[in-house]
Amino acid sequence: MAGKNKKFILEFEKPVIELEKKIQEMRDHAASSGIKLGGDIKRLETKAKELRKQIFSNLSRWQRVQLARHPMRPYSLDYIERICSYFEEFHGDRLFADDKAIVAGIGMIDEFSVVILGQQKGRGTKQNLYRNFGMPNPEGYRKALRLMRFAAKFNKPIITLIDTPGAYPGIGAEERGQAEAIARNLFEMSHFPVPIINVIIGEGASGGALGIGVGDRILMLENGWYSVISPEGCAAILWRDAANASKAADAMKVTAPDLVDLKIIDEIVKEPVGGSHEDYDLAADYVKKAILKHLKQLVKIPADKLIEQRIEKFSKMGAWVE
Amino acid sequence: MDWFKRKKESLKPIQKKELPDGLWIKCDGCGEIIFKKELEKKFYVCPHCDMHMRVGNDVYISVLLDKGSFREFNKNIKSADPLEFTDFKHYSDRYKATVKKTGINEAVVTGTGSLDKHKVVVAIMDFRFLGGSMGSVVGEKIARAIDKALKLKCPLIIVSSSGGARMHEGVLSLMQLAKTSAKLAQLAKMGIPYISILTNPTTGGTTASFAMLGDVHIAEPGALIGFAGPRVIKQTIGQDLPKGFQRSEFVQEHGFLDLIVHRHELKERISKILSFLESKN
Repeated sequence: MAGKNKKFILEFEKPVIELEKKIQEMRDHAASSGIKLGGDIKRLETKAKELRKQIFSNLSRWQRVQLARHPMRPYSLDYIERICSYFEEFHGDRLFADDKAIVAGIGMIDEFSVVILGQQKGRGTKQNLYRNFGMPNPEGYRKALRLMRFAAKFNKPIITLIDTPGAYPGIGAEERGQAEAIARNLFEMSHFPVPIINVIIGEGASGGALGIGVGDRILMLENGWYSVISPEGCAAILWRDAANASKAADAMKVTAPDLVDLKIIDEIVKEPVGGSHEDYDLAADYVKKAILKHLKQLVKIPADKLIEQRIEKFSKMGAWVE
Repeated sequence: MDWFKRKKESLKPIQKKELPDGLWIKCDGCGEIIFKKELEKKFYVCPHCDMHMRVGNDVYISVLLDKGSFREFNKNIKSADPLEFTDFKHYSDRYKATVKKTGINEAVVTGTGSLDKHKVVVAIMDFRFLGGSMGSVVGEKIARAIDKALKLKCPLIIVSSSGGARMHEGVLSLMQLAKTSAKLAQLAKMGIPYISILTNPTTGGTTASFAMLGDVHIAEPGALIGFAGPRVIKQTIGQDLPKGFQRSEFVQEHGFLDLIVHRHELKERISKILSFLESKN
């Protein structure tokens, strides 16, 4: 499906969408009546383009969160099929089940053979239920771990795509050790002797995101968000009202530029104007280029040095005085 | 007739269970009123119903370590309030007020000590300090405690009591999960034992990192242990939770705890495990 579907319009996009609609109407009118409106249309088109640029270069944090959740935003498989010239999806954690909220497999990105995995959301009710809204159960994290061990064994770099509203909070998830599954991944990911690149492509909610988010490079799309809890969750607890999510997003500083300032992410990956859902191919191309750039650097580093630097990277995170 | 209408019931905050204060203490488990001096002697385990009350780090120091052996380190690491976080109050003000109120500097104390003559490094969390939440300082202190255990080549014991990662430090709190887990992987590589003690409650990011990465997992009876909090789960699935859900006994039944140990027996049982580990074949 192309990224041009405009069924879903965000509040702040409306002025541009309306203008674009008007332009289309003028075009239709010109075509049917034969009146020449070329000049006017052109002027309005320039204006629309400028307006779009202006809106999208001044997004608030909460607006970015909404973009990260846009129902037409490309998901892990949309990227994987565009980035990889070959991909074979592998299933199951060999322990309990195959979690559909995480996809994982082997693939080729240009000349690099990699293991690539990520949380997968669904589009539409049926798909979303199938994918559990991109909220993994423990078996999802354990499938990821199994394939990362596979990568370590065969010396393949690991690419993880992060996009989740959180690890699933359910009875079964607790019974099967959601916390243990995430903790185990953090523990093991710190020591895999192969390059690991994490890309936050959409939502990075808390431990559910971090569970596949330990690596040598952390990249983040321009309109992604990543924090310790969702803005709604934070607002519900600290403001006692989820409606204050916008305030919470500001207070927690959840966007990519914030995470550069906080020295958490290594690079912001550009998105097409208007967000990644506007052009899947272009969005995937930006992601691919960023991955390749870092991969080329990382494969040159010896494994023990890589691990040492990775631990050092996470050891430095945080802010304290003494 | 406005006064006749029933006033909208406002949300009542859940009563905060702070550390017991005063001469007499009412047990939340059985409702018995107990003399505080007696409770102190029993390390705040109810003599009537055996409920393990929530206690601060000072009590666990007495429970676990030989008298006078505890030496705290990294006491003065403090939060830098990196986000300049504000909700109704500034986080920095809340932080200072908490330090003043509790008399402790952060949600964890770390140090060395001896447990039945076994030299150990301990990190003891404290729920009194912002719900035992893990921010940069908790993560850093625990990471340094692990470094200390590595350096001294002696066992590490972490007592968890925490609602999870601290929201007021956003993504920096989240990264402490990765930091502490990476450090524990280094410790494991050197073959140094790590005993994780889970007390009421241990949830969220704390469980999803160091608390679930021990060589031995010991919980106190009846402790709430889980990833998501029961309220969140109930809201998500829209049904009541099974009885005993996420309590120590339930968690052990599902395979995540080696032992459930009474507070009065903690020291002795751990001492035996440490002796076992130290014995040479």
